[in-house]
Amino acid sequence: MRIVETMQKADRPAIISRVTGVVLILAGVLLAAGLCTATPQDNSVTSIFDSHSTPADSIRHLSFFVLSVTGLIFLVVFSLLSYVVVKFRSRAADTEREPAQVYGSTQIELAWTIIPILIVVVLFLATARVIHAIQDAPKPAEAVEITAIGHQFWWEFRYSGLGVVTANELHVPVSDQSHPTQTFLKLLSADTDHSFWIPQLAGKTDLIPNRVNETWLDPHETGLFLGQCAQYCGTQHAKMLLRVYVDSPEDFKLWVRAQQQPANEDAKEVAGRQVFERTACLNCHAINGTNGTGRFGPDLTHLMSRSTIASGAAENNPQNLRLWIQNPDSIKPGSLMPAMKLSDSELDALVRYLETLQ
Amino acid sequence: MSSDAIAIQTAEVAGRSWVETLHEWVTTVDHKRLGVLYILYALFFLVIGGIEATIIRIQLMHPHNDFVSPQVFNRMFTMHGTTMIFFVAMPILFGFANYLVPLMIGARDMAFPRLNAFSFWLTAFGGLLLYFSLLGGNGLYGAGNAPDVGWWAYAPLASRAFSPGHSSDYWTIALLASGFGSIATAINIIATIVSMRCPGMTLSRMPLLAWMNLVMSGMVLLAISPLSAAQLMLLVDRYLGGHFFDTQAGGSATLWMHFFWIFGHPEVYVLIIPCFAFASEIIPVFSRKPIFGYPVMVGATVCIAFVSMSVWAHHMFTIGMSSYANSFFTITTMAVGVPTGIKIFNWLGTMWGGKIQFRTPMLFCIGFLFQFLIAGLTGIMLASSPFDWQLGGSYFVVAHFHYVIVGGILFALFGAFYYWYPKITGRMLSEGLGKLHFWLFLIGFHLTFDLMHIPGLLGMPRRIYTYEPGRGWDTLNFLVTIGAFIQGIATLVFVANLIISYFKGTKAGNDPWDAWTLEWSVSSPPAEYNFASIPRVSSRRPLWDLKHPEDPDSRYE
Repeated sequence: MRIVETMQKADRPAIISRVTGVVLILAGVLLAAGLCTATPQDNSVTSIFDSHSTPADSIRHLSFFVLSVTGLIFLVVFSLLSYVVVKFRSRAADTEREPAQVYGSTQIELAWTIIPILIVVVLFLATARVIHAIQDAPKPAEAVEITAIGHQFWWEFRYSGLGVVTANELHVPVSDQSHPTQTFLKLLSADTDHSFWIPQLAGKTDLIPNRVNETWLDPHETGLFLGQCAQYCGTQHAKMLLRVYVDSPEDFKLWVRAQQQPANEDAKEVAGRQVFERTACLNCHAINGTNGTGRFGPDLTHLMSRSTIASGAAENNPQNLRLWIQNPDSIKPGSLMPAMKLSDSELDALVRYLETLQ
Repeated sequence: MSSDAIAIQTAEVAGRSWVETLHEWVTTVDHKRLGVLYILYALFFLVIGGIEATIIRIQLMHPHNDFVSPQVFNRMFTMHGTTMIFFVAMPILFGFANYLVPLMIGARDMAFPRLNAFSFWLTAFGGLLLYFSLLGGNGLYGAGNAPDVGWWAYAPLASRAFSPGHSSDYWTIALLASGFGSIATAINIIATIVSMRCPGMTLSRMPLLAWMNLVMSGMVLLAISPLSAAQLMLLVDRYLGGHFFDTQAGGSATLWMHFFWIFGHPEVYVLIIPCFAFASEIIPVFSRKPIFGYPVMVGATVCIAFVSMSVWAHHMFTIGMSSYANSFFTITTMAVGVPTGIKIFNWLGTMWGGKIQFRTPMLFCIGFLFQFLIAGLTGIMLASSPFDWQLGGSYFVVAHFHYVIVGGILFALFGAFYYWYPKITGRMLSEGLGKLHFWLFLIGFHLTFDLMHIPGLLGMPRRIYTYEPGRGWDTLNFLVTIGAFIQGIATLVFVANLIISYFKGTKAGNDPWDAWTLEWSVSSPPAEYNFASIPRVSSRRPLWDLKHPEDPDSRYE
């Protein structure tokens, strides 16, 4: 009898720990699998723990602290619960008598009130420090200032003082030891709520109509960082993607200079330009140097300097561009760009013209 | 006495036509029948909401999947959220409250039986109105559709400019109607508990289920009222030229957020507190011990209710509040963890030294304890506002609140079903099917919602109908979908168990669990009048006193 009981005792915890072990291993394997299935394209897995900018770094440090405190609480309470469930299970032998009836204990209850309060205070202080460090960071005079405006379903970027207007693909200078450069973004919305989120560079901040928000970043490495709209904004919220190119200071200067130029004038593509100027294109799109000054859609002055169209939904190449103008719904159903109903020859001319907008 | 009453009733039923039976159910003002109606109505919508969830999961199984269009996907997540919160969770909990509160406090009915019936039919009307939008969303022109503005209906997305047609109106009016129903039910529960307790049942002897439903009802009054006000303001904006939320005319989008979340966060506690109540009734019975620290449990519940009224803006950490506001809502949110932790420890203290019987209701309650622990801890992470700037609005937060709602609320609810089904129907639910249901659901739940945290950490936002391959989200989303199917199968096992056991289950008798509260002193199902003579109690566990006259609780209280 005694032996049987000990065996049972040994079995239950073994099963529980095995199950827990399997679950943990499974989770680990899946996380690894998730990370490995990513294509080699750089930074395509935007883990919040793989941070490359001060705000994201501070959040990562804070998150490690919060995770270890909550992890510890989890381990303690999980073990206690498992222990109780195994240890105090009813055994076949003694169902007759009720266990001792205990109604409570003031000391114990005080203990498990005061300890959590202390933990909360510590967590709060650690958090408040990071809130202050990120939100109340002073804006240096030499910071790059950009206004980001959310639209259904794309991003407009205006570089104050530099006269640059672009869309969907943000260029910012790297901030390294030799050139610490912060980029401050003023966040506005033209229609509904949106949210600006580049997980590796900073936490998200919403773009809300009739309200001005601000966020900042100082990427420590050059390269491409992916993000997307993180506040449901309508039909194509899913394809409101965001690309941030972090350039070296020299590359950034070159990029700015190129963007400041008026649109390329190619005498051979006058026909295409006329299509742009004579149809409804110019109601929504601007091309610097033509009479198109619309702001409802992205500025196309340097369209070909961007690697994607439709806010990251498709690669920027002549086929996609043609398809996009002909039938936007085939790339991004529900986008606000209408099908332009152009003839084939008009389409070809227009696409050839757009191809010259370097 | 009670078995005679039952025999007479069945004889009558046999001689009645189905029209008469239907008429009786439609016109009933009996709290038990209304409770059952609430529960059946909610179960129906649980299946509908589950189908919507499945559609969402199939669409997200692969990157660039085109199972449904973006428009349909957006309707699905809006309807899934709205349905599950307003037409599953709320009515099912009101159903249990309706059924159990009068029985547990020794009353013959609710304080206002006709108001009770009115509330139910108002709620039922709300649900039908919401789903009528599938047919009539666009009124006379074009085919119907459903609301697609998300279940928060953030301004200005829900304004006429961005949500033309009538789908948002169906959403608004459905919530207004069911909201009035909820307010009336809350008033009814409060009035019942305050004024209809049987002799001897002081507030400090009331079962915890009654206490927690009292607190829940108070919170419903405070939470649903601002929601209803906001819905009226939205209607004024949409039809009478108001500008409350019209950002083009100086209105405020954040005003709607405040209104919505001053409802939305207490709502979470409105849903979880009755589930705390189930756990607080079931865990003691299957541990064979009284609840550990009854006064502290009551105090912690009241404390949660108070603190939870001041945490709403933690849903709005990303809207650009000042660092002071963010700090304030961080500490209040973390503070909720203290009374909640006390509850977990008290349940643990109840089991400590007990003789735990692993019947199905207890299994679900133990699942609830483990999962609610994890849900609480991810809640602490989200409360840390800078961490929330990364986690909020991502799949991490989706995993977190499903952990609360499925892992916490639904598990406790399943426990309640297995525990009180014998009282409601007179027959036991099958233990075999029950255990199959438990293990299948547990596996499906963890496969879905444990893994769902990870895409959030890898930058996957919620409410997207598709995503690019190669972001590290593919495999995880596929497995999450598999888990959702397992949960679906488990739910079918549950529904089958409900139906099969109704006809073939073993007879329950008055008190199948050897429990201690008043509902187990009457027949199963109870007679229409509940108690032939109103009981008199002298402790928190009147049936313990009856069963153990040599050692009654009343000696220690």
